[in-house]
Amino acid sequence: MTSPALETRRLSKSFGALVVTNEVDFKLERGARHALIGPNGAGKTTFINLITGRIPHSAGCVLLDGEDVSALPQEARVKRGLGRTFQINTLFPDLSVLENVVMAVSERQGRGGDLFRPAGSRRDIIDEAYDLLERLRLADDALRPVRTIAYGRQRLVEIAIALGLKPKVLLLDEPAAGVPSAETALILDVMAELPAEMAVLIIEHDMDLVFRFARRITVLVQGAVLTEGSPAEILADPRVREVYLGERRHD
Amino acid sequence: MSQFLPALVSILFHGLAYAMVLYLAAVGLSVTMGLMGFANLAHGVFAMAGGYLTITLMAALGVGFLPALAVAILAVAAASVVLERTLYARLYTASEIDQVLFTIGLVYMATAAATFFWGPSPQHLALPAALQGDIPLVGRQFPTYRAFVIVMGFATALGLWAGIERTRFGAMIRAAVDNRAMARSVGIDTDRLFSLTFALGGGLAALGGGIGAEILSIHPAYAIEHLVYFLIVVAVGGMGSIRGPFFAALLLGIGDTACKYLFPEIGAVFIYIALFILLLWRPAGLFGRA
Amino acid sequence: MTKLDRRTAAVHPVDHIAHSHRLRWPEALPWLLIAATYLLFPSYLALGSQVLIMVLFALSLDLVLGYAGIVTLGHAAFFGLGAYTAGLLAAHGWSEPISALFAAAVVAGAFGAASGAIILRTSGLTLLMLTLAVVSLLAEAANKADSITGGADGLQGIVINPLLGRFDFDLYGRTAYLYCAAVLLVMWYVVRRLVHSPFGRSLTGIRENRLRMHAIGAPVRRRLVTAYAIGAAVAGVAGALQAQTTQFVALNVISFHLSAAVLIILIFGGAGRLYGAFVGAPIYMVAQDMLSRLDPVYWFFWVGLLLVLVVLFARGGILGCVDGVRRRWP
Ligand SMILES: Nc1ncnc2c1ncn2[C@@H]1O[C@H](COP(=O)(O)OP(=O)(O)O)[C@@H](O)[C@H]1O
Ligand SMILES: [Mg+2]
Repeated sequence: MTSPALETRRLSKSFGALVVTNEVDFKLERGARHALIGPNGAGKTTFINLITGRIPHSAGCVLLDGEDVSALPQEARVKRGLGRTFQINTLFPDLSVLENVVMAVSERQGRGGDLFRPAGSRRDIIDEAYDLLERLRLADDALRPVRTIAYGRQRLVEIAIALGLKPKVLLLDEPAAGVPSAETALILDVMAELPAEMAVLIIEHDMDLVFRFARRITVLVQGAVLTEGSPAEILADPRVREVYLGERRHD
Repeated sequence: MSQFLPALVSILFHGLAYAMVLYLAAVGLSVTMGLMGFANLAHGVFAMAGGYLTITLMAALGVGFLPALAVAILAVAAASVVLERTLYARLYTASEIDQVLFTIGLVYMATAAATFFWGPSPQHLALPAALQGDIPLVGRQFPTYRAFVIVMGFATALGLWAGIERTRFGAMIRAAVDNRAMARSVGIDTDRLFSLTFALGGGLAALGGGIGAEILSIHPAYAIEHLVYFLIVVAVGGMGSIRGPFFAALLLGIGDTACKYLFPEIGAVFIYIALFILLLWRPAGLFGRA
Repeated sequence: MTKLDRRTAAVHPVDHIAHSHRLRWPEALPWLLIAATYLLFPSYLALGSQVLIMVLFALSLDLVLGYAGIVTLGHAAFFGLGAYTAGLLAAHGWSEPISALFAAAVVAGAFGAASGAIILRTSGLTLLMLTLAVVSLLAEAANKADSITGGADGLQGIVINPLLGRFDFDLYGRTAYLYCAAVLLVMWYVVRRLVHSPFGRSLTGIRENRLRMHAIGAPVRRRLVTAYAIGAAVAGVAGALQAQTTQFVALNVISFHLSAAVLIILIFGGAGRLYGAFVGAPIYMVAQDMLSRLDPVYWFFWVGLLLVLVVLFARGGILGCVDGVRRRWP
């Protein structure tokens, strides 16, 4: 029996009195295409931050490949194949698009701490990063500083950096947030081309995108799992409707 | 034993007086740091200005100590609002290094100005008769002036506490320290709040500089010489806290006095090592949030 | 498309990055000027040596502040440690200068690593305070240990052997100047290699976005401590040069003022560009030399005013402004 790529057991987090993640049991199978949905403030981003170790959890544990990584710092979890994107662009704004991705590839190859050899002499790393840019249709912007390119394309750079890590588990936090709807198709294309063996968890508000991409959906409400199931099951679930219709009315 | 107890009492007494001056001079910095995230290395200039103004008003115009102090506080508070609106406000969103350089620039200019107007030597505060001499306390004699500084320090700290906990202005400050965006979205005028807080911090520093002028002597290098201690009070207390700096100042003031009294050779070194250990243990300070 | 884009578009992006560490001709400029100074101003070589030492000191700060983004008010601690190390060695019979430079680098670097490992756990104002506390701690220690350091009288009795056993440190400061220039050249090469290495790029990454560096698995704190330690070692070399060329060490080598001065030099010149130090130091030092004949009070005033103006109107310093102009008229 193989363990899931990623698992959380009774994972919890509170900020003071506010419980933001409430005993979440969650499994992400190998090669999964899994979506995490829920209203704003449900604790989705926090859940990802707990998995990656960006913020310390209060209780429970996180397992990667069946191994407890709860005590490991962020970088050790990345080394074990955990990659993520951020809901709000978290890039190197003054570096070029290509350099942004080179940074990730270079860290993955364990070269980031090399003191003397020029970064430019590692052609293989730069080539790999450039190939990624081509795959994500970013090659035209390779030399532009990231802050000068359109927001939608910056979202692609987020994904490119994560892919530069060749993760086994990829966590995408609202990759299409803030992207004009005409351009979300490009992001969906990129996601459709992700390697089949990569386990992908996506947080997304664009239901269209979720139902086209995900084969499994977990609904998070107020920090706790409301339900989990196939897209059809989720669509049919009256509780989910209630949550979402309530949400829509606020919007 | 017969040696030990008097020494301890003396250390506590002088340490307390020193602590109160540090507290008054630095508490405003803690609040502005927590509220605006502004690294104002020139905060000590407000204290120095308070000291110079108090001394000069008394010496040149024959004003009494307390009225001179009051005028100095008001003048510095007013000047700090002007500074905040015209200069500091432009730098709230600037990088830390820009804030640091800018405020070092202000300190240098203030240092030069103080030398120009008052010369390089320390200015002496001519204490009123009532504060000269000693008062008896629990069977011993203590300098009246230092006792006065301690009382004023505690009174101000209590007043501040009550003000922050009880008044609307205090509630707004607490809300804005917690979450600036949230505070703005519920209709708090943060710009005005920043100005008022700046004035309050500047005024308190002026009070500290004025009444503490015989403890931290007023001279042109004041703001630089004591900068590290002001920053220690803020960092150990925890940014944005009102209570934190008080306890941090107590620790530093009494600890420093004790170390320098008991181990005159290595006393100061001791304080810094204690500081490193403390911040290794609690990087966000005693009352700060991680 | 702007002109700049078209010009760079001719090169394949991969080549562009792969060649970014190659030497370009403007990089020869500082060395030509250093050589020209030697030939044209033989009576100013003592000041020239001081300038070169400050260039090296500011260069070490560029690694720490300009690249790694560590804002420090305590960089003089390492300069001072280097100066006292070299000074004490020479005062106690170790008169060979070059080995003393290594010793200074090791002492300052080790202290940088140890203090960095402690203080770089914090950030913001707390970190700023701790950098200042380190320099205050050392200053206090140097002052109190006057039987070793000479205290306020300064460290005297420094004797330096001829360089490489052949070149005496002459009265006109010719040897000292060339010695400083040679050491600067070596250190510049080392620092240049560093900033173009993957390590150097990752420092830039940490400065630009620490959160992202964590998320791509970089050991951020270890990198910062390494940069801090290397910067400290280079600053130590600068301090050692100062002790050897002036044959004197005063307490003010470990002070807030020197920390602030090197910060100002770097920011005036332009931080994070490797050459800001070469621009800022000569201007600052020559201006100081000329104005210090006036009252030093005025010096403080003008430096303060200039700082305020630079922050308000010329962020990026002189090189930043040059870049801005070049971008507008390529
Ligand atoms: N650092 C923090 N401190 C306090 N509360 C936080 C913090 N981070 C998030 N929260 C709170 O946790 C809740 C969940 O936030 P988040 O995980 O960002 O939700 P989502 O991504 O589902 O919109 C929100 O109410 C938010 O205010
Ligand atoms: Mg979110």
